[in-house]
Amino acid sequence: MTPKVPKLGQPNRPARHSGRWSGYRHLLWARILELKREPEVVFWVFIFPLLLAAGLGIAFRNRPADVTSVVVIAGDGAQKTLAMLQTSPAHSTIRATVLDRDAALNAFHVGKYDLVIESNPDASYTYYYDPARPESVLSRAEIDAALQSAAGRKDALATSAQSSSEPGSRYIDFLIPGLLGMNLMNSGMWGVGFALVEMRQRKLLKRFVATPMRRSDFLLALTSSRLVLMVIEVGLLLGFGVLVFHMRLQGWRSILSVLLLASLGAITFGGVGLLTACRAQKIESVSGLINLVMMPMWIFSGVFFSYDKFPAMAHPFIKALPLTALNDALRATIIEGATLSSQSGRLLVLAVWGGVSFVLALRWFRWT
Amino acid sequence: MGSPIECTNLRKTYDGKVEAVRGVSLRIEAGQCFGLLGPNGAGKTTTIEILEGLLAPTSGEVRIFGHTWSDNPRQLREWIGISLQETRLSEKLNVRETIELFASFYSEPRPADEVLEELELTEKADAWVGKLSGGQKQRLAVATALVGNPRILFLDEPTTGLDPQSRRQLWDIVRVFQKKGGTVLLTTHYMDEAERLCDCLAIVDHGQIIAEGTPSDLIDRLGGHHVVEFRVDGRVVGVVSGNSNRQETDAWRALPSVESVRSEDGTICLNVREPHLTIPALLAAVNQQGHQLEHLSTRQASLEDVFVNLTGRHLREN
Repeated sequence: MTPKVPKLGQPNRPARHSGRWSGYRHLLWARILELKREPEVVFWVFIFPLLLAAGLGIAFRNRPADVTSVVVIAGDGAQKTLAMLQTSPAHSTIRATVLDRDAALNAFHVGKYDLVIESNPDASYTYYYDPARPESVLSRAEIDAALQSAAGRKDALATSAQSSSEPGSRYIDFLIPGLLGMNLMNSGMWGVGFALVEMRQRKLLKRFVATPMRRSDFLLALTSSRLVLMVIEVGLLLGFGVLVFHMRLQGWRSILSVLLLASLGAITFGGVGLLTACRAQKIESVSGLINLVMMPMWIFSGVFFSYDKFPAMAHPFIKALPLTALNDALRATIIEGATLSSQSGRLLVLAVWGGVSFVLALRWFRWT
Repeated sequence: MGSPIECTNLRKTYDGKVEAVRGVSLRIEAGQCFGLLGPNGAGKTTTIEILEGLLAPTSGEVRIFGHTWSDNPRQLREWIGISLQETRLSEKLNVRETIELFASFYSEPRPADEVLEELELTEKADAWVGKLSGGQKQRLAVATALVGNPRILFLDEPTTGLDPQSRRQLWDIVRVFQKKGGTVLLTTHYMDEAERLCDCLAIVDHGQIIAEGTPSDLIDRLGGHHVVEFRVDGRVVGVVSGNSNRQETDAWRALPSVESVRSEDGTICLNVREPHLTIPALLAAVNQQGHQLEHLSTRQASLEDVFVNLTGRHLREN
């Protein structure tokens, strides 16, 4: 029942009749303006993930066949040894230096060289190597083969080898979907959770509910502002991967699937953020809560390394985390070109987390 | 249709022990500017937030134009505009964006430009809220209340912390709204604000209304419109409050035209109908007792005197 509007005492003539969605539109636009005008948001949401991808992508890039650095102890046979290494088929990957015995051993101990070669008076060789350093072990085998073949050893078997480092199997291909998932989680939790508590602390929420604003419009606008940002985030990170690291996407269908997945992820973590922030009064307390909620997922959900490294009995729990579901789905879609319909389990995990969070958050929500 | 604001026997108890409001009943007529005057912590904000439908009372009933808050809260919100005691609006939005945001929540808002002009914010329309002065921020807070085209304006401590010029600007805004037929309810602990702005006042202390009426009514009830304050040397002891020196006060009470007496830190305050009768008699009496006057002044009685007379305390005491 709508009570009768009192004619008396409306001091001014109205300008217009606002439409049903006028409040929602203005709330959404206001939120986007605020985000745009906050330089820190631009940095943390857009620039930081790119820096992270660039840094990690370069640090763990697949290097071309490693050059092994060896040192030959100065002595009668040193020059002959160098000459033998030069003539070996593998000479392009060997860098050899001659040093005094003490200097050579010191430099080896501090890790400057992978192997020390000493030629003995009886024309035999002694290698000094460190079994704990893989590159030292490798170097010993490689140098031994080079010296033996230079000395005339014939291979008993003909072999050939082909290298493989195709896009799709590199670390960066594993990393970018993980960063995308982590970024969706971070910005969902902070963008919704932190923003809400800040508004509650400033009494802005209370001021809003003192108007005829629909409360659902407010929460909807806050969540959908995340979707707008999400499209930009995903575009930047994927574009960066494609341009800089020559990542491959499996066609338009795959891009569309990624966008749908990212939307679901953004809404899910928006819901989790809403739940985390539904009662907190102070930004200090909500910051702690957000970190507490996110930490297990940073560790277990396979952002930087695969969760296969954890014991198998933990896998069901790890797979039930929303970020694991999102990361696995993003990787399958981006790397393997898997369809969404083949990943209904992961989508269900996301939808349940998002749905349950929203319902609980609305039930417990405190506006003042 | 009921009066704009009516409440009966409001009570609010926090956590089952702190009684912030203890039985407040009010009726505010259309077109009135009604003030809740009282010291900090008297329960003014709790009362106004219950009336605004932001807090649920522990018991008692609120009616806005005859409707309770549970009838149709959205419709009631269309009729009222609110400025809370402290709201920090988004600093990264500009003034016009803020006003338009609030306008969008109402079904029949006023044009943003008209409100900007009325509140003298046109020049600042494109300035970020974070860059505004205290007075401009407060005017913006009132603008967000007025843009919804309300019939009732609720203002909680609208001028606290503002400079005198900004306070006067806000008073003018309230008067303009009232002149157009709007009803205003405000809280304040400034007696000058209550005296100049309000048609009707309720003095609130410890969660109860201890006096109600027009400002001049309340002052009339003191008995005298004038206050004579004086101090004598030597033996008149500094009495902190009230009646501990009954004999002394009785002597002053007997002077002509004196309605009531109180003493504060050794200063005697007389409420007086006609100072020209009291003062010669006072001088003679002091002389006769062999004392000397150290200080003598007269002034118009104010709401502060009303409050002190009722409670023995000042409005601004903590």
